[in-house]
Amino acid sequence: MTVQAQKRSHLLNLVLIAVLVIWMILAAFPFLWTLWGSFKVEGDFFSKANWANALTGPLTIRETGGSFTGDGYHGAWIKEAFGLAALNTMIVCVFVVTISLTFGTLGGYALSRSTYRYAFWFLIIALIFRAMPPITLVSGYLPVFFNWNLWGYLPTAIVVLVAINQPFTLWMLHSFFKNIPKDLDESAMVDGCNRFQAFRHVIVPVMWPGVITTGLFSFLLAYNDFAVTAMILSKENQTMVPKISSFLGTTQTKGNVMFAVAAVVSATAPLFVMVLFFQRQIVSGLTAGAVKG
Amino acid sequence: MKHKTFFWFVLPSSLAMLLFIFFPIVSVLIQSVHVDTEQVIKEVTNCGPFGCETITAVDQEATQALKRENPIGRFAGFTTYLDRRHLAIDEVRAAWSTSNGIGSFIKQLVNLPFYKAMSFTLAFTFIVTPLVIIFGFIIAVAVNSAAKWMRGPLIFFSLLPMLVTPLIGALILFWMVDARGIVGNALQYLAGDPTLSVKASTPLTWIMLMVYGVWHSAPFAFIVYYAGLQSVNQDTLESAMIDGASRWEQIRYVIIPHLLPLTTFIALMQLMDNFRVFEPIVSFSAEAHATSLSWAIYNDLGGETRQLSSAAATSVLTILGICILLLPVLVRTWRDFTRK
Repeated sequence: MTVQAQKRSHLLNLVLIAVLVIWMILAAFPFLWTLWGSFKVEGDFFSKANWANALTGPLTIRETGGSFTGDGYHGAWIKEAFGLAALNTMIVCVFVVTISLTFGTLGGYALSRSTYRYAFWFLIIALIFRAMPPITLVSGYLPVFFNWNLWGYLPTAIVVLVAINQPFTLWMLHSFFKNIPKDLDESAMVDGCNRFQAFRHVIVPVMWPGVITTGLFSFLLAYNDFAVTAMILSKENQTMVPKISSFLGTTQTKGNVMFAVAAVVSATAPLFVMVLFFQRQIVSGLTAGAVKG
Repeated sequence: MKHKTFFWFVLPSSLAMLLFIFFPIVSVLIQSVHVDTEQVIKEVTNCGPFGCETITAVDQEATQALKRENPIGRFAGFTTYLDRRHLAIDEVRAAWSTSNGIGSFIKQLVNLPFYKAMSFTLAFTFIVTPLVIIFGFIIAVAVNSAAKWMRGPLIFFSLLPMLVTPLIGALILFWMVDARGIVGNALQYLAGDPTLSVKASTPLTWIMLMVYGVWHSAPFAFIVYYAGLQSVNQDTLESAMIDGASRWEQIRYVIIPHLLPLTTFIALMQLMDNFRVFEPIVSFSAEAHATSLSWAIYNDLGGETRQLSSAAATSVLTILGICILLLPVLVRTWRDFTRK
């Protein structure tokens, strides 16, 4: 690599740096802009007079006395009870991740160890299920949930999200288990363990890197979901994402769009922290499927 | 692994998928050929001080009883598929006979709700997917050429657009391109038109949605390609250099063939994900200018009157679309599998 770096012409270097700078601005600037703007009043964040008002905030100073204001956050968290939605999101995510991983590790392990043809077809069917847009499935759930009075509750959403998560979880864990040598559990079975004991005592202790990575993606799927949670949860049980979308309906007319901006920043913050701590696992997870086939 | 052990291991996850993915698909199929039970109308005679009059009213009790008896409604065959909100056979036929050229026919066609959604969904899928692959590749090459200590932070920021909630990411961009936002302002300045509004114009809305799509998905292609670049065989690259291959030739004959299988993987994932484009349309409130199949289903399901049959019919058509999209992949997998 160093050899190549020396050989690179100035022009090429310039182009590469330009690409990186432009991409960094595109990727990071919108978030910084929104974070900064969330501490301003609406008249500054959406300024008719001058776009730079969002940076300096003359109206914010005039209306609130300081150059930063927490009004948006106060409105979202206290007046609109965004905290409840955050709590609901937490409950949904914890349960979805735990259940998905439990089901997924068992299934993924079996799929990686079976040599029969049906294991292959099982994975192909899972791939087809993975391709189904969640909203098409939702239109299948609704009449049944209405009839059986299951509509609107958190457990319903959790079970549905677990199921929608399964195809992806199975694929990912399947490829992780494939990398754990077969000899490991087979020697345990020679020593007298049955399949489940071999799994429990030999595979479980070494599977955590793969499980953590898969768990991160299950978390993201549950956290980011809009189609399922918006249609299945009742207003009182809403999670953060549908709550934010409901802000748009009500607050834009009230002139409180800043509530939504503050809520958006609040909902993005946990994701930032997660990427910060688990960057390596996320990258390895994204590439696991592709590089290993 | 024995059949029986395999069965018990995969039971929980197959049960979950059977109940909440397979059955819903069946349920959608059944619903799509049924429509709501008709309301029972009865005649009521109201006698007041000014004489009696007969009015017709909905017999709630009888309607409820009928609904209980027949929860999925009455069988309607393919009428829902053929009505104006879906395939709109009559309207298409009328448009065909009245229009005097393929251009005006298409213009009439995309005014029908289903074809409007379909045209945007397909355009989005087939424009965004190649752009994601191209931009992802360029970013991967650029990051790969950066100094080692810079790569960590570069990857951190690159991942953000992809990992952030789609609805939220789209909202953030939407606020920036608002006529009063920073990007909206910049566009007005560049175009020299202070009344320019991205929200009000159909082509600009389409472009904005696609820009969002590329912004959101390019990091995925980037990270896959980046990992691929790490695993390029250095010996092959060196021997190519010794043989006098220029930088471009190295990329063309060593790196691109190495990355080709990854491209298939990215294309497959992106086709699946872009076909379900939905959240940005909600965030951008773009439904006047662009709708997608997923959005059409969401729109039918939401609101006061939940039009379950209509949503189900659109869902079936969407699933058919997905199957057609996946067919080449499935055929190839099947060929690979039987060859082994």
